[in-house]
Amino acid sequence: MSAPAMGTTKTAHSDVAPKKKRGPGALATAYLVIYNVVMTAGWLVIAVGLVRAYLARGSYHGLYYSIEKPLKFFQTGALLEVLHCAVGIVPSSVVLTGFQVLSRVFLTWAVTHSVREVQNEDSVLLFVSAWTITEIIRYSFYTFSLLNHLPYLIKWARYTFFLVLYPMGVTGELLTVYAALPYVQKTGLYSVTLPNKYNFSFDYHTFLILTMVSYIPLFPQLYFHMMRQRKKVLCHVEEYKTE
Amino acid sequence: MSRTTFFEVEVLDGRTRQQLCFLDKVEPHATIGEIKSLFHKSYQQLYPARQDLKLDPKGKSLRDDDVLQNLPVGTTATIYFKDLGPQVGWTMVFLAEYLGPLFIYLLFYFRAPYIYSHQDVFTSSPYSVVTLACACHTCHYIKRLIEAIFVHRFSHGTMPLRTIVRNCVYYWAFSAWLAFYINHPLYTPPSYGDMQVNYALAIFVLCELGNFSIHVALNNLKAEGGPKCRRFPHPTKNPFTWLFFFVSCPNYTYEVGAWASFSVMTQCLPVALFTFLAFIQMTIWAKGKHKTYSREFKDYPHLRMPIIPLLL
Repeated sequence: MSAPAMGTTKTAHSDVAPKKKRGPGALATAYLVIYNVVMTAGWLVIAVGLVRAYLARGSYHGLYYSIEKPLKFFQTGALLEVLHCAVGIVPSSVVLTGFQVLSRVFLTWAVTHSVREVQNEDSVLLFVSAWTITEIIRYSFYTFSLLNHLPYLIKWARYTFFLVLYPMGVTGELLTVYAALPYVQKTGLYSVTLPNKYNFSFDYHTFLILTMVSYIPLFPQLYFHMMRQRKKVLCHVEEYKTE
Repeated sequence: MSRTTFFEVEVLDGRTRQQLCFLDKVEPHATIGEIKSLFHKSYQQLYPARQDLKLDPKGKSLRDDDVLQNLPVGTTATIYFKDLGPQVGWTMVFLAEYLGPLFIYLLFYFRAPYIYSHQDVFTSSPYSVVTLACACHTCHYIKRLIEAIFVHRFSHGTMPLRTIVRNCVYYWAFSAWLAFYINHPLYTPPSYGDMQVNYALAIFVLCELGNFSIHVALNNLKAEGGPKCRRFPHPTKNPFTWLFFFVSCPNYTYEVGAWASFSVMTQCLPVALFTFLAFIQMTIWAKGKHKTYSREFKDYPHLRMPIIPLLL
């Protein structure tokens, strides 16, 4: 006769959908809804801006300038998400979220903004488009989730579009950093050389190369994590449907 | 002749719930440690230190000294197993973590080939502070090695291999980075000259002595107490231990002090960065320790802070 195990777990299934376990209070939920709606709107503005600029100019070239300001504003605004995790109203890891947001902010300010010469590159359009579509879907996903009224289409989009958008964004990002390299080396941008009072040096050019190299271990991990999430979220729902 | 009810223990994999092992005729007063040894017999690779046994797959791990009949199980106990991965003994851990920086720094001090430019190979710095820094760094790690071998008594037996690799990479890489700048041909000595170096050196030595005193005090505490009698550390006749009046973990306080003074002595930003990161990590450890002490001892002194007197 087997003895009951101590501390039986209450839930039968482990949570698959990104539902909050404890849940933020009503005020926090209201704030998060507003935040996510504003972000969705912001990225829609960027999307519309890109389309309008393309139609006006008739070419893909130099569209960055038409959405430069909203891009900087809304991408930088995503830093708030780190705060949300730190305060606890969003059940994500501070480190993971911080890392993701920082990498975006880094590309926006420390590469694209800082190295003026790359702003005309097509690779910029590549990652901006990828980010725009991803963020519109992601923020609307969060909005609907918070309101407990998530259309399957949005959930499906969130866990499917990344299959193309992720590699697209990564390609755009890597090409942009690569394009920035010669200018950084020539001007010694953000670099400190010896000798100096604090016995410290920093070579931004080398740093950018190391950043590019870091994509090799990081990107597959993130990509396959999303694929596993996709399987859990989308297939799990199908199981429920067939019951 | 008394009849003892024997227990049966089934060990299941925590993730797959597959039965890994079934032990019958287990003595009721057997400890988890003994059960781990029995499990080891069936699985040669999984020595006891690698085994993590729990009554509930999501619950707390069982201790080696837990007795089977005192656990909330019937006569057939279901225990869940997790493989902690290859483990390394603590002494080995510290040797690996400390020998690396010790030798790496010396490679930079003596300007081994391929580090700096060709004409600088095996040259030496004209500044005395560079030699002093090498002496301080080397003595610091020799002291740590001596403590690891002769002074420390470890409560847990082992550490996972992956953690050691990660720690070693961190310590070795950081010591290489800071050694690179201090021993660089273009090194700039401190702005306030000998005064800065001497004051910093004095504080460094005091902190090293303090850190050593605390380690000895903690060690004696464990020796006197024995396994069951748990006491918290007190100030002793040694003035360095008087910091116990103010902090729970003066060893960390002294350690931060030593590295901070080393930063000032070398006026090197990478050293300051290392000190800062070490301070963050040690504060986390100190806060944890402080909480444990406060919870366990009702008469724990209120004046004591975790790591910085009166502040943190």
